[in-house]
Amino acid sequence: MKRKKDFAPFISSLAAIVCGLIIGFIILILSNPTEAVAGFVTILTGSLTHGTKGVGQVLYYATPLILCGLSVGFAFKTGLFNIGGSGQFLMGAFGAVVIGLTCPQLGPFQWVVGLLFAILLGAIWGAIPGILKAYFNVNEVITCIMLNYVSLFWVNMTVKGSKVLFNALRNESKDIPKVATLPKLGFDVIFDGSSVNSGIIIAILVAILLYIILEKTTFGYELKACGLNKNASKYAGINENRSIVYSMVIAGAIAGLAGGIMLLSGTGRHIEIKDVIPSEGFNGISVALLGVSNPIGVIFSGLFIAYLTAGGFYLQLFHFSKEIIDIIVAVIIYFSAFALIIKKFLERYNEKKKDKEYNLIGNKGA
Amino acid sequence: MDLLYFLIQQTLLFMIPLLIVALGGMFSERAGVVNIALEGIMVMGAFTSIFFINLTQGFMSGNGQLLIAILIAAATGIVFSLFHAIASVNLKADQTISGTALNMFAPAFAIFIARIIQTVQQIEFKNTFRIVEVPILSKIPIIGEMLFKNSYITTYIGILILILSSLVLYKTKFGLRLRACGENPHAANTAGIKVELIQYAGVLISGALAGIGGLVFVVPTSTNFNATVSGYGFLAVAVLIFGQWKPKYILFASFFFGFMKALSNSYASIPFLFALNIQSNIYKMIPYIATILVLIFTSKKSAAPRASGIPFDKMKR
Repeated sequence: MKRKKDFAPFISSLAAIVCGLIIGFIILILSNPTEAVAGFVTILTGSLTHGTKGVGQVLYYATPLILCGLSVGFAFKTGLFNIGGSGQFLMGAFGAVVIGLTCPQLGPFQWVVGLLFAILLGAIWGAIPGILKAYFNVNEVITCIMLNYVSLFWVNMTVKGSKVLFNALRNESKDIPKVATLPKLGFDVIFDGSSVNSGIIIAILVAILLYIILEKTTFGYELKACGLNKNASKYAGINENRSIVYSMVIAGAIAGLAGGIMLLSGTGRHIEIKDVIPSEGFNGISVALLGVSNPIGVIFSGLFIAYLTAGGFYLQLFHFSKEIIDIIVAVIIYFSAFALIIKKFLERYNEKKKDKEYNLIGNKGA
Repeated sequence: MDLLYFLIQQTLLFMIPLLIVALGGMFSERAGVVNIALEGIMVMGAFTSIFFINLTQGFMSGNGQLLIAILIAAATGIVFSLFHAIASVNLKADQTISGTALNMFAPAFAIFIARIIQTVQQIEFKNTFRIVEVPILSKIPIIGEMLFKNSYITTYIGILILILSSLVLYKTKFGLRLRACGENPHAANTAGIKVELIQYAGVLISGALAGIGGLVFVVPTSTNFNATVSGYGFLAVAVLIFGQWKPKYILFASFFFGFMKALSNSYASIPFLFALNIQSNIYKMIPYIATILVLIFTSKKSAAPRASGIPFDKMKR
C-alpha cells in the first residue's frame, strides 16, 4: 500500500508536465502550423542532437536551477514560501564577485572563500524574512519581494560605486580572473565546448545533504513538523520560531551559493547594472514545485527544466523564440498548483481502497 | 515653484498606475484572494492595448484612441485574471503559486507573440496623448499648474477609479459583501452570500484595473513596450500593504512611492538634492524598505483581510 502512495506526487508532477507540453504544442501550432511539429521535436530532443556539448549545457543550466529549487523547496518543507530566492542569489553573486576580484592572495582557495562568502550573504538575506516572520509575524512572501528589490538596487549601487568591481565600458561587474573560478574537474574535456563545471557536483551534494537533514535528523524532523502543523509541533516542545529562522537561513544560504557558483563559473556571467531582478530565484519556484520539494526530486526536475531550456536554445533555427520554454514552464507551474488536488484525490482514492480492504479483511496492516 | 510643479507632474506619472493597480489588488484581497499576479496582468494589459495603438496609429490618434486602448487593457486583464480566479476560487489551489505562474507566463507570452507577428519584441507606438493644457481648469492657481498642464487623461481616470472604488467598497451592498468574504467567508456564506461569486468579482475587478494600470504605466514613460512593467506590479502590492488595504491610505502610499520614484529619476536636475549627492538607487530603495518597516510596526494589529490567501472551502468550518 505504502508504495502506491509514494507515487502520488510523481504522477501529479507528470500530469502537470504533460499539460504544459500539450499547451506549448498548441501555441506552436496556432502561431506557425508548418513548423510546429519540427519546433516541438526540437524542444523535446534538441539537447541530445548536439553530442556531448548539448548534455554538458543541460548540466550547466541545471546547476542554478537545482540549487534555487532546493532553496525554495527546503523553505516549503517548513511551510514557508521563499519567493526571495532571486535577491539571495544576487547577494551571493555579489559576495562571489567581491572575493573573486579583491582577494588574489588566497590562491587556490579563492573560489572556496568566494562561495563561502556567497553563502554567508545569502544566509543573511534569507534570515531577514525568517526573523520578521518568526518574531514580528510579517508575511515572508511580502518581505521577500521587497528584499529582492532592495538587494537589486543595493548591489547595483555598490558595484557601480566601486572602481575595483565595476567595468564602466560594459556597465557590469569586471571579469573574474580564471584562477578564481571553479575547477572544471575534467568536465570541459568530457563535454567539449560546453560550460559545465564542478558546480553541478556541488548542487547534487547539497541536494543529498538536505535529503539527509530532512529525513534522518531530529533537526530536519522538527522543521518538517512545523511545516505540517504549527500548533502540534509547538505542543510537542519544538521551538517554532527558531525553526522558521533556521529554515529561511538555510534556504537563503543555498540560493546565495547558486549565485556564487554562477558568477565563479568563468562563463562570462557578470552582475549587469540594470533594474532587472535575476530570474533564477523565480525559476527555482517552478523546479521546487515540480520536484514536490523533495531534494532528490528537485535534482530531476531541475535537470528536466534545464533540458527544455537547452532544447529551446536551438529553436532559433525556426521562427520561434525561446520564450516558448518559459510559457511551457509557467503552464506547468500553473497546473502543479492544482497538482495538490490531484495528489489529494489520489490519496483519498488510495485511502478508500484501503478502507475497503480493511472492511474485507478486517486487518489494517494488510 | 516651477521645480515643484515639475516634480508633482513627474510624481503623477508614476503614482497613477500604482494607485490603479493597488486598488485592483485591494478588491481581490478584500474578497479573500491574494493576487500577486498583478505584475503579469499589467504586462498582458499593456501588451494587447499597446499592440492596438501600434496597429491603429495610421488612422487614429489622441485621447479617443487611448480610451479604446484602456478598454482593451481592462478586457485583457479580466480574461487573464480569470485563470487566477479559476485556480484560486474553483480549484482551491495555492494562490501564491497560481500568481507566480501567471507572472512568469505574461512576459514570455508577450515576447513570443510579438516576435511571431512583427519579428522584433519591442512594440513601438506614437505618443499622441499628452494634454498640454486643459482649458479653463489650468487657469486655477497652483492646482491648475500641477494637475491640468502636461497631463494625461489617465491621471483623471485614475482619480475617478479611486473615488469609485471607495464608494463601491464602503457604500454599496456589493462592497459590504466583498469585505465580509475577506474577513470571514464562512459567516458570509451562512448569511446567504455566494462567496465564490463575490471572490470571482473581486479577482476580475483586480484584473481589469491591473490591465489598465499596465497601459497607464507604459504610455507616458516610454515610446515602446518591451514585455515588462519594471516590477510595478510588485510595487503595487507594496503600496496595497503600505496603504493598509484602505483606499485613502492607498492614495497616500502611492503618492509617497511615486514621489520617491520621481526623485530618483530627476534628482540630478534639482540643485539642492544634487548637492546632497545621494545616489538614485537610494531613492529607488526607500519605498521597499519603508514597506518592510511599516509591516514590522503594524504587524501586531494587522489590517490585512483575515481570510486573505486561504481557499474558501464550504466543508471546513
